[in-house]
This record gives sequence, C-alpha cells and structure tokens, in this order.
Amino acid sequence: MSQLRPLMLDVVPGIRQTAALALGNLADLSDFMAEAMVKEDILPPLVHFLTEENRFHKKAAAFVLRAVSKHSPELSQAVVASGGVDALVLCLDEFDPGVREATAWALCNIAQHNTSLSQSVVDAGAVPLLVLCLVEPEIALKRIAASTLSNICKHTPELAQIAVDCGAIAHLAQMILDPDAKLKRQVFSALSQISKHSVSLAEMVVEAEVFPAAMATLRDPDQVVRKNVTALMRELVKHTPELAQLIVNCGGVAEVIDFLGKCRGSPRLPGIMMLGYVAAHSEVLAMAVIISKGVSQLAQVLCEETEHHIRAAAAWSIGQIGHHTPEHANAVATANVLPKLLELYMDASSSEDLQDKSKKALKSILQKLTYLPGLEPFLSNAPSNILKHVLHAFSKVLPNDSQARRLFVTSGGLKKVQEMNAEPGSLLQEHINAINSCFPEEIVRYYSPGYSEALLEKLENYQPS
Amino acid sequence: MHRRCKKYKQVENMKHFAYQAEEHRQKENQAAIRIQSWFRACRVRACLIHLRKKAVIIQKIWRGFRARARFRQMIYRLCYDRFFVRKYIHNFYVRKRYLEGISRKNEFIRRELDELAVLQKRERDCLQMVEEQTAKFYQAHRLHYLLSTKLNGQWVFNSPFRPAPHEMEQLLRQVKYQAPTRLTHRGRACLLGRPEPPAPSFSGSLGAPLVETTRICSFSRPLLPPIANKQKQVST
Repeated sequence: MSQLRPLMLDVVPGIRQTAALALGNLADLSDFMAEAMVKEDILPPLVHFLTEENRFHKKAAAFVLRAVSKHSPELSQAVVASGGVDALVLCLDEFDPGVREATAWALCNIAQHNTSLSQSVVDAGAVPLLVLCLVEPEIALKRIAASTLSNICKHTPELAQIAVDCGAIAHLAQMILDPDAKLKRQVFSALSQISKHSVSLAEMVVEAEVFPAAMATLRDPDQVVRKNVTALMRELVKHTPELAQLIVNCGGVAEVIDFLGKCRGSPRLPGIMMLGYVAAHSEVLAMAVIISKGVSQLAQVLCEETEHHIRAAAAWSIGQIGHHTPEHANAVATANVLPKLLELYMDASSSEDLQDKSKKALKSILQKLTYLPGLEPFLSNAPSNILKHVLHAFSKVLPNDSQARRLFVTSGGLKKVQEMNAEPGSLLQEHINAINSCFPEEIVRYYSPGYSEALLEKLENYQPS
Repeated sequence: MHRRCKKYKQVENMKHFAYQAEEHRQKENQAAIRIQSWFRACRVRACLIHLRKKAVIIQKIWRGFRARARFRQMIYRLCYDRFFVRKYIHNFYVRKRYLEGISRKNEFIRRELDELAVLQKRERDCLQMVEEQTAKFYQAHRLHYLLSTKLNGQWVFNSPFRPAPHEMEQLLRQVKYQAPTRLTHRGRACLLGRPEPPAPSFSGSLGAPLVETTRICSFSRPLLPPIANKQKQVST
C-alpha cells in the first residue's frame, strides 16, 4: 500500500492509471484493505485524478472510489469528506459512457448506506444528470443510473420527491418492457423505492401507466425481476384501498399467487406481504384474495418455508384475510390453517415475532369463526389464552345449531370441556357454563369426570326393596 | 145584611190574603227566579256536558288517526333507510358481481400471460438456436483442415464404421475456405460474431447480411505484402 501510493503520483500517466486500478482491485476484495487505504490517505490524489483530462484516469479513480465506499458508511463518509462527490458529479457530465457508468456506480455505492450520504449526493446535483443517463442507449449505463436512483430514493420521501421532480418516473416507466433482465431488475426496484414513501408518489407511479403493462413481467424467466415487480405491487397496495382495488382489478392478485406457487425461499416475501396488505383494506378485497385461492397458497407457504420472518409474514397475512366476517374466517378454517398457526405459536423455537403474529392471527380469526370442525383439535392442546377464544366461539354457535351440538357431543368435545379446570368467575368458566347450558343436564353429568365413581357409590348405597 | 156581612168578611179575607200575598210576593218571586235559573243552568250544563263528551270522542279519534299516520310514516322512513343502505351502500348483488368479475379477469389474465410466456420462450429458444448455429459455423471455419478428401477417404469426421458422415463433415464440406487474415483482437471478436457464408440446409436465419459483414470484416484489414517483395527491396 505504502508503495502503491507514490506510484499514483508518478509522471507517466500509464503507471498512475495502473496503480489506481490495482488499488481498486485491492479495495474491492475486503473492507479491511479499504480502511487501510483510507488511512493511508489515498483519497485526495484520486479526487485529483477525477478532475484530470484523461478518461482512463477518471474511470480508474471512480473504480477505486466505488470499491472503497461499498463496504461501510464510514468509508463513504471519508470519500464525501475529501470532496469526492462533487468531483464525481462533474464527471457525470462527461461524453464517454464508460466514465459516466463508473462514476454513477461510485455514487450508487455512496448513496446506499444512509440518508445523510444520499443527501450529500443529491446536494451535489447528481439527480438531473442521472436522469439524463437513463435515456442513453447504452444498457450498462441505464442499469447503473436506475440502481443509483433506487439507492437515493429509498431513504426519505424528500429525496424521492427530488428524483420525481426531475422526471425520473416517465423514463423508468418506458424501460419496463425492455428485454434486458438486469435493467428490469433495477427499474422495478427504483420504482418500488419511489412509491413506498407516500400516497402521492404512489399515485404518480400509477399514473405513468406502469400497470397493467408490468403484469407481463411477472412471467419473466429471471426470478429477481419477478421479485422486484411483486415488491413494487406491495408498495403500491399498502397505501389506500383505491390503489389496492386497481391492482386487484388488473388481475394482480392471481398472478402473485401463481408466482408464490412457483418460487421458493425469500423471493416469496414481497408477494406474501402484498396479499396481506390487499386483504387488510376491506372485506371485499379480502374475499377477492380468497376466491383467487390465496388462502391455500399461504397455507402451503406456512408448511414449506422454514425461515421465521417469511412464516411470520404468512401468519400475519392469513390473520388479515380471516378477521373480517364469519365467511372469511370459515374460508380460512376450511383450508386447515388453524392447527398450523397453533403449532407455530406453541413451538418454543419460533422467534418472538412469529409467535406474536400467529397468536394475533389466531385470536382475530377465532372471534369470527363459525365452522366448528376446524376447532376440535384445539380443545386438547391449546394454551388457556387461546382456549378461551375457542370456547367463546363454541358458546356462540352451539346454542343455535342442533346439528353442531350433536357433532360436539359425538366427537368427544363435551367430554374435553368437562375435564377442563377453570377458576370460577374467570372468562373461561363463563364460557364453559354457557356451553353446558346448551345441553341437557344428564348429558353434562354423564360426561363430567368422576361420574362413574358417583354411580358406583350410588349402587353401593342402594337397597333393593 | 147577613149577605153583606158575608161579603164584607169575604172582602176582608181577601184583603187579608192579598196583603199577605203582597208580603210574600217579593220572596216568592225571588225564589221562583232562583229555581228557574237553576233549572235553566242545569239544562245548559247538561247540554254542555253532552257537547264536551262528543267533542272528546271526536278529538280522540282524530288524534289516533294522526298518530297512526305518523307512526306509519316513521316506519316507512326507517324501512327506506334500511332499503337505501341495502340497495346502494352495501349492495349484495353488486359485490357478488364484482367478485365474479374478479375471478373471470384472473382467469383471463392467466391465459393471456401463459400465451405471452410461451411466445417469449419460443423467441428465446430461437435466438439460442441461432447462436449455436453461428458457433458451429465458426468451428467449422477454424477446423477446415479436418475435411476428408477423396485421397484420405476416411478422416476424422468420415469414419468407415459410421453409416453416414458426421454432421461436422457436412459443415466442413459446405464451408468455403478463406485465407486467414491477420487477426488482431478486434478482428477476432468480429469473426466470432459473424461467421461464414450460409449453408443451404439452415434456413433463413443466416442470410445474406451475414455474408456481407463477414466480407467487410475480413477485407477491412489490408493484407501485408508478401515477404519476397521486402527482401527484394532490401537487396536493392
């Protein structure tokens, strides 16, 4: 390192350039090297390179800056402090697309870490130049410009608004149907970062007629593209019911459910969350999710996935679908989801988040449930806070339905209820009493524990006359 | 005289009666007035009570009528509110139709996108096949010396144990030999992308344009003069 630094100040330009390339490759490898380099104070000469005439020097310097700043925010801050950002933005104005691509990549890596760094990139006036890069014919330049805009916009609404004011959305929307897969990845990620902040930004993205054209990209062979499209749909859907209805009317829900069926692992997460957001707005939309076979797909996700955060998201979505009306709760119960949710809640190895979400989902569904055969397994192994909701559901349905009462007795449910111990006066005891009052007293006594002993005692004391 | 005494007594009696009657006249008049007024009052009272009873009955009937009308209107208004809510705000049939429409749209979109995916896959396969063919032709161009001739009837791709020659053999026969140009890095890349003259058996995709570019590529670099000329110059 100490030997490379003097080479960067050499007379021969070729040596300077090669030294810079070597430094860049070293910095790319590990953050330790990058930190060492910054400590050795190589940044000022690099910034000087950026202001030189030769475009190979500029490319090499931008390569080093990009490699240094990708590791951590502190290194990026060091780059900003040495005036790197202003010099890079000056280079963005160059004619050569290679130079522009290298500088845009460096800015992308600087802006990705946190808000203040993005703000310094934007303050240097990078955004209009990046939007100009989007219209260039070179695909690599377009890719990098899109990914830089995506990194800038992801932090705060104000930064996203600045990007939108420069007309980024229109250009991004034009590139949606491009055949290049990597470009589409970046474009959709940029659109989703813009639209996630507020309703007005989301509406602007929708007005650019992104949907229904983006539906075709849900069948793209590249999985990352599909994941980013579902991420965009999730960001749009979560703001208002009207936007959610727009996506549902385009047939977006069916496509996302198909996508969930085909892929495995973490790409499923945006799709799951999107279904949850759609169902959360209103019961009509939740019903639309149910008839598009969303619940069976989510149940499959719960069974197949092992990652806790994906399961937690699936549990949350199921809760959002099922909590509106008894119709929704019954649809969820017939898909055999409830035992799985209970299992996740009781499992000691589940994360807290997963347990919390599955408990809330169970509670909200049990409030409205009227489909009783789904509840039978709960009586035997549910903990008491779930049990009281289960008994509450039973006590609401049993007084009115004689068929259900018959089923309850024959399947052994009444027996289990009698065997439960509850403190008198607690909610559990009230529900038990309510259930007992639905049945004739002889049946209740027959199933209560210790009845056979009572009968035997009666037999012993009986004197035949 | 007897008669006159009787008449005088009668007159005296009558005067006595008249005088007594005169005394009582005032009282009896008052009494009669009182009785008559009381009686008249009773008659009027009876009349008024009768009238009042009948008026009460009439008012009772009227109020009952009004109350029933008002009650009916209130019920109608409630029913209308309920009707309005059920028909326009929570319309069941609209919701049902919307959900049916959604499922139809889902099916439609699924079919359309399936077709689109099939088309795209076909395009991609086509492109891939074109690339493979061009790569094969390039290989054939580079390995032209493996072509079998009449003299060495059996050669690499023309083994006697095969029923028919290998496909590479066919390619090699079709490829026209071109003198190797002095290839720099760029030229090599050029040739890689754009190989040989078209073979008749492969349709369409490798057409005339490729031939022209190849020719342009190979003839864009000027050939070096042969060594003999240079030696001549040196000697002179």
